[in-house]
Amino acid sequence: MPNKEEPAVVVTGISGNLGKTIARILHRNERVIGIDRRPFPERPKDVELHQIDVRRRKAGDIFRRNPVKALVHLGIVYNPRLPEAERHAFNVVGTQQLLEYCARYDVKKVVCVSSATVYGPDPDNPNFLTEDAPLAASVRHGEIRDLVEVDMYAQSFFWRYPNIETVILRPVHIVGPTVRNTVSKYLRMERPWVLAGFDPLIQLIRQEDVARAIMLALTVGTKGIYNVTGPGEAPLSRILDILGRRPRPIPHFVAGKILQRLWEMRMTSFPPHELDHLRYLCVTDGSRIQRDLGFEPAYSLQDTVLSVDQ
Amino acid sequence: MSFGNRLKESLIEWTYKQGGPRVRNRIENIGEESLNELGIDPFGFDPEFTKAAIAPLVWLYKRYFRVEVHGIENLTEGRLLLVSNHSGQIPIDGAMIGLAAFMEADPPRITRALFEKWVPTLPFVSVYMQRVGQVVGTPANCRRLLEREECLLVFPEGVKGVTKPFHKRYQLADFGLGFMRLALETDTPIVPVAVIGAEEQIISIANLKKTGKLIGMPGLPVIPQLLVPLLGWAPLPTKYRIYFGAPIRPRGDPDGEDAEIQKKVTVVKRRIESLLEQGLGERRSVFF
Repeated sequence: MPNKEEPAVVVTGISGNLGKTIARILHRNERVIGIDRRPFPERPKDVELHQIDVRRRKAGDIFRRNPVKALVHLGIVYNPRLPEAERHAFNVVGTQQLLEYCARYDVKKVVCVSSATVYGPDPDNPNFLTEDAPLAASVRHGEIRDLVEVDMYAQSFFWRYPNIETVILRPVHIVGPTVRNTVSKYLRMERPWVLAGFDPLIQLIRQEDVARAIMLALTVGTKGIYNVTGPGEAPLSRILDILGRRPRPIPHFVAGKILQRLWEMRMTSFPPHELDHLRYLCVTDGSRIQRDLGFEPAYSLQDTVLSVDQ
Repeated sequence: MSFGNRLKESLIEWTYKQGGPRVRNRIENIGEESLNELGIDPFGFDPEFTKAAIAPLVWLYKRYFRVEVHGIENLTEGRLLLVSNHSGQIPIDGAMIGLAAFMEADPPRITRALFEKWVPTLPFVSVYMQRVGQVVGTPANCRRLLEREECLLVFPEGVKGVTKPFHKRYQLADFGLGFMRLALETDTPIVPVAVIGAEEQIISIANLKKTGKLIGMPGLPVIPQLLVPLLGWAPLPTKYRIYFGAPIRPRGDPDGEDAEIQKKVTVVKRRIESLLEQGLGERRSVFF
């Protein structure tokens, strides 16, 4: 049994894809405590799992009873089918509570994994969004307000507690053999939608590369906001080409309406508000994390794209 | 081979045939340092696509407008800001300057023209622009490209220039100040450019700005020649003369007051005006 006195790393959302990957890397050298509503049956023996909602009092008990050296906050729900209010309550309220525990119980390191979608695709975007670009995603699409709010809250936490090393990571679209987010589902479609006459540059990153970025964020002395980019930018058409898909071009002025219908009829898993990702740029500049933390993605562009089919 | 690929192949052949061995050599030596595994640069520039896409433009350059280039030696290595007059109702002038810089300059320069923010909302046009290496003209994009020692092309007259009516030809509209602040901030030499010929290619007698706004366009020129079936839709085959002036190295505070910046902008504007005068004086005919 792991020593109860040893400072632990708390990982929320540990039963998700990224959480599992992180747990498997971390547990070799650290005491790991996971929090997730979902089970993690194949977890390493020394990983302690609390199958609870982070908003419950019990989550606070974990911080009170154990010395915690770091929090890796992955427990953010993206499921676009969940009602907005519910997602907001889980993501925003949950994050606020967790960060409060960190402040109260003297946790020295917080890694919050946000995402590059908080910038939002927009025709006015520069080709490369840096970390100080406004988080404009919710201006066009209120649906993901909660994700922007989580990021903003983590930022305010960063400023309020200068003694805590807060790191906010904003990875681009995460893909991998077992990942089932909106992007991966879209890329796995045999005949995916595209908007006729639009072919934006897209950035993808392998889940394993994101895990490595999180490990770097955990090193002592690291703090700040970092975009996390993969092996480069590729036009959507080329990505679909590598995967051998046969895209179906739809005129942009009807696509939104059709998709909205299909979405309401539950005939598609592609949320209408994500349509702008097929039209406008939301490409980030990943040079800061490369420069400051020496992060380099390990997978090539080809490998990253092909991983959705593995 | 699919139809698309066959078309692409034959367009590339056409580009090579028109350009001759010199241009072919230049195309084949496009720097590969900044291209990723797919042969695309971080801004979406796709040399493979461009080779094919420029074929009709090379034809316009060589045969239709018979572009004559002066002062190409002013395109030096390293970061550059080309500042040009803008005209012609359809912005072919940018493409012609770009081709001149690529086909005539030594070493060849790949020029990035900066386009308006409404271009990314247009289907097909936006894709085309991205693949041939053009970018949205945000300050962040400009800074980034100049730091990569690239060559940018700006039209400080903006839309006012392209939609200029015929009676205002070769009279420069007001210049924006953004390009000067950019040059000061990034310590970039400015090359003044004058394009002669484009201002007569399509004759517009007025610009209905308000009607244009209604249909989401920055302007709506009134072009009588469009009433001529088919042929009227083509620009007139005027002869293009492109003058590249000696580089100007502005000095000063990039965050200075507008009045200060305006003075420096006026210097550039005057230089373009004198290049225009020189060019208009030297030409014998609009068409030859």
